[in-house]
Amino acid sequence: MATAIALQPQSLGPRYYARVLAQETRYEFLKMMRAKVFSFSVIGFPVMFYMIFGLTNHHVEYARYLLASYSCFGMFGAALFGLGAGVAMERAQGWLELKQASPMPRFAYLFAKTATCAAIAMITVAILLALGLTLGGVTMTFLEVVELSAITLAGVIPFAALGLLISFVLPPNAGPGMINIIYLPMSFASGMWMPISSLPHWIQKLAVTLPTYHYAQLALNIFGYAQPGTSMAAHWEALIGFSCLLVGAAWLVITRSEAKA
Amino acid sequence: MAATAIASELQTRSSQGVPPATLGQPVAELRSATRRYGTTVALDGLNLALYPGEIVALLGPNGAGKTTAVRLLLGLIAPTSGTARVMGRDPRNSETRTGIGAMLQVTRVPETLRVREHIDLFRSYYPTPLPAADIVRAARLEGLENTFFGKLSGGQKQRVLFGLALAGNPGLVFLDEPTVGMDIESRRALWDQIRALAAQGKTVLLTTHYLEEADALASRIVVIGKGKVLAEGTPAEIKHQVSGRRIRCVTALNADFLRSLPSVLTVEQDREAVVITTSNAETVAHELLRNDPTLHGLEISAPGLEDAFLALTASAKPNA
Repeated sequence: MATAIALQPQSLGPRYYARVLAQETRYEFLKMMRAKVFSFSVIGFPVMFYMIFGLTNHHVEYARYLLASYSCFGMFGAALFGLGAGVAMERAQGWLELKQASPMPRFAYLFAKTATCAAIAMITVAILLALGLTLGGVTMTFLEVVELSAITLAGVIPFAALGLLISFVLPPNAGPGMINIIYLPMSFASGMWMPISSLPHWIQKLAVTLPTYHYAQLALNIFGYAQPGTSMAAHWEALIGFSCLLVGAAWLVITRSEAKA
Repeated sequence: MAATAIASELQTRSSQGVPPATLGQPVAELRSATRRYGTTVALDGLNLALYPGEIVALLGPNGAGKTTAVRLLLGLIAPTSGTARVMGRDPRNSETRTGIGAMLQVTRVPETLRVREHIDLFRSYYPTPLPAADIVRAARLEGLENTFFGKLSGGQKQRVLFGLALAGNPGLVFLDEPTVGMDIESRRALWDQIRALAAQGKTVLLTTHYLEEADALASRIVVIGKGKVLAEGTPAEIKHQVSGRRIRCVTALNADFLRSLPSVLTVEQDREAVVITTSNAETVAHELLRNDPTLHGLEISAPGLEDAFLALTASAKPNA
């Protein structure tokens, strides 16, 4: 054999970590994009809804409102289905265990999943922007485009953590069905599909307790569609608070499941 | 039973730390490892040591604790009590794992990556991986490099998993039921690959419930049942734990007469024939032929690994 057998444990340097991180992320992205059922639904749903409800009405206000809210909806879906359902499946199938038996650093796995969510959400935002600006009659400054992208991106932290939490808490074979029970009502009640003011009062009251509501409000504010009387600082605080809570809860659940192992 | 006596003697020998035909320090070791899941005891004070260059088969019925032992040595779970050590270190440390390769029972592997990409990814997990071409050759994946995992046959998928276990060029390889679901031809091909690993000086721990596989590959067999070592030794030693040889024939002689012959241990009826277990097959055969000129269908055989395995695992049951 040309190469010596690795009998002694080897130390791992920064070049090793950089390479694992790059490779894991690259293949995670490829794997997800090639899974057509996943990419068609996670990118396809917001895009299709936007074409039906945002563009066919020739109503610029709809096109503006839904551009902001469906960007958030896209990120939420990518996190729940890409990360949540993805990790749950790989756990149930023993694939995650095989990776854990290798020296692969755990953060490389989590980073790759999170970065892939973010990338898929950004693709969704790009398609929505292209449609809105060309066919929807939406006009935006460059700064507003950057702002929408940045706010959408900020959602990756809380919702990736929520996805991870779901993947560890739900029974492994509950699958996408259970995730839909969280995904669809939460999106609806947060004003991602229609203005929150047109929803029943009790839902409006409930919305304040949802991280997705505060997230959507931040994006809607770009076009001045945030609920009157609410402050953006408070929405940011709420989103950051939920982020800390969800990241902490995910961390707790993972370390507990490892301690049990 | 004789088998039990020998089994416990062997067990004492191994717990006193007299390794059978070994060199140097163990590569991996479980020391009185106990693992409980709630109230079930998966492993019960198991001692197991793997020495450089040997192929050890961990043999046992379903639920014996084979996979639990492998998972402990891989650091995927921690023992409830006792220790797991690989190269003298904790296997839960990722630097320890740079020297380990594993083929586990995976029900599904991401199907939208190509064989080449899976190999490339696993190579990046190790600081000094084997060249991709060597992995492809060792796992006999030539011509399949660009195939999506989802398009492979069951045997080809197992071979990819085998290849991934070799990605880091590890000195210690764990193979958990490696040939499950393979046809005879691909099973034998994989056996050759496993032998080739040992020929390169790698240590292999193989779990299986195929006795034939343990017999064909292992330099040492450890039989476990209910989380305990029942017996340990070379395939020949394990087989010898079932004393005597078997004579099968169709005879007019009655069972009581057969039992009265010297050195006969047991007499059993098997359809039209009788099966006699004896410590001196030649003398008994001679007596049979002298007393029964009509005797036919005579066969004399040494007990197989299967007989030893059944005797060993059956004798473990009353203790549980």
